[in-house]
Amino acid sequence: MAKIYFTEDHEWLRVEGGVATVGITDYAQEQLGDLVFVELPEIGRKLAKGDTAVVVESVKAASDVYAPVDGEITEANGSLSADPSLVNSAATGDGWLWKMKLSNEGQLDSLMDEAAYKAHIG
Amino acid sequence: MTGQDTRHLPLEDLHQAAGARFGAFAGWSMPLTYPPGVMKEHLHTREHAGLFDISHMKLFEVGGPGAAALLNRACPLDAGALDISQSKYTFFLNEAAGIIDDLIVTRLGDDRFMVVANAGNAIEDEKHLHALSANFDARVSPLDRVFLAIQGPDAWAALARAGIETGSLLFMHGIEPRQNWFMSRSGYTGEDGFEIGLPEKDARDLVAKLLEDERVQWIGLAARDSLRLEAGLCLHGQDLTPGIDPASAGLMWAISKDVRASGAFIGADALRSILERGPSQKRVGLKPDGRQPVRAGGALVDAGGNPAGHVTSGGFGPSTGHPVAMGYVDAALAKAGTKLFADIRGTKIPVDVTSLPFTPHRYRKG
Repeated sequence: MAKIYFTEDHEWLRVEGGVATVGITDYAQEQLGDLVFVELPEIGRKLAKGDTAVVVESVKAASDVYAPVDGEITEANGSLSADPSLVNSAATGDGWLWKMKLSNEGQLDSLMDEAAYKAHIG
Repeated sequence: MTGQDTRHLPLEDLHQAAGARFGAFAGWSMPLTYPPGVMKEHLHTREHAGLFDISHMKLFEVGGPGAAALLNRACPLDAGALDISQSKYTFFLNEAAGIIDDLIVTRLGDDRFMVVANAGNAIEDEKHLHALSANFDARVSPLDRVFLAIQGPDAWAALARAGIETGSLLFMHGIEPRQNWFMSRSGYTGEDGFEIGLPEKDARDLVAKLLEDERVQWIGLAARDSLRLEAGLCLHGQDLTPGIDPASAGLMWAISKDVRASGAFIGADALRSILERGPSQKRVGLKPDGRQPVRAGGALVDAGGNPAGHVTSGGFGPSTGHPVAMGYVDAALAKAGTKLFADIRGTKIPVDVTSLPFTPHRYRKG
């Protein structure tokens, strides 16, 4: 059974079998506006919590998306190369950004669950 | 910015009711986007009509027997040669011919002119004009107006439906259709359209009528920026600054030959010497390969990795379907077709120097 976590930087993680699928929340995509480009990470890249994993570009500006926990990139959502607007239309579904193998699952404890995140964005 | 409180548009309540997302620009809280989002807003403007609240921009009336002479000093302009109702794109220049602001001057009467200036420079512009006016028999009066733009192929029809006839007004002409109104056929999108300065109460009536028309939608500042960038139009503070002269900016078309030769405007000597030796950098269009936008401030290098210039505006063009940008490059590299590279976070993105605009202008010239 997958478990969903959220960060203060408006990312979500769906964790299953030590692998997290990561994306930005619906709130975040609304703030960013229409995305026109997603710079995807290389497979195998090792990230520490807080490293820039992905850059999402809207019509107006570029924004970093940070690794919410330590881990290694195992997959990037290649369909975003052709259609970055998937992040706008399905932020928590087909618009996922990358998958990473967790190297420190204990870090998940400091993240929010959905109820806490909803309270966070008010 | 002088540390003053953020200023609010007189029609802010209407934007809030329309669901606008606000952001700071030039000291103002401005609607950046509405619920459709920048992409749809941009395309709607090119297909139908976009309504923009640009009340952050400043209107000045310059009047008196010395009004034309004052403007001829402040701007590389022959104000007295304008026909009544004719508008001209021009600048305030400093002694080094740097662009303090770009603006549009319209002749309203024998000795009355309307000056429309940028929000970010309104305070400096007013000080500059007031200081100069001491030497001329002229008054500078900042006007308290709501300022609306309606842009796009259906703009004229939407105005007609709202009771405002625009039939005989051509591009770059402006009139006073009602008391305390100023309406010009101009804009910042590359489309046919109008800018209307008017009292708040009249503005509320006009907005209500216009929004009854399904061809008309509010458009935010984000789409205003992508529209003007596709149209190759400069944003002062980015593409034009007090360190950039009209020759480098490729805007010499705005200065007539006679004014270049004999004008007594501030910066005339400096501009003549720049023209004699040729500008060292030139403003160009930049088309990045692929879908990744290049942004303002980005460095440009040539094929050998040598510095070539920099990006001053960059984003995505919703109508072109690809990233669009403009910037300054060494004059030798300014020819359309020149291959350069933009450095984005350490990756070199190929960029073609192109002519501007990216989307053809569709002005009503006759």
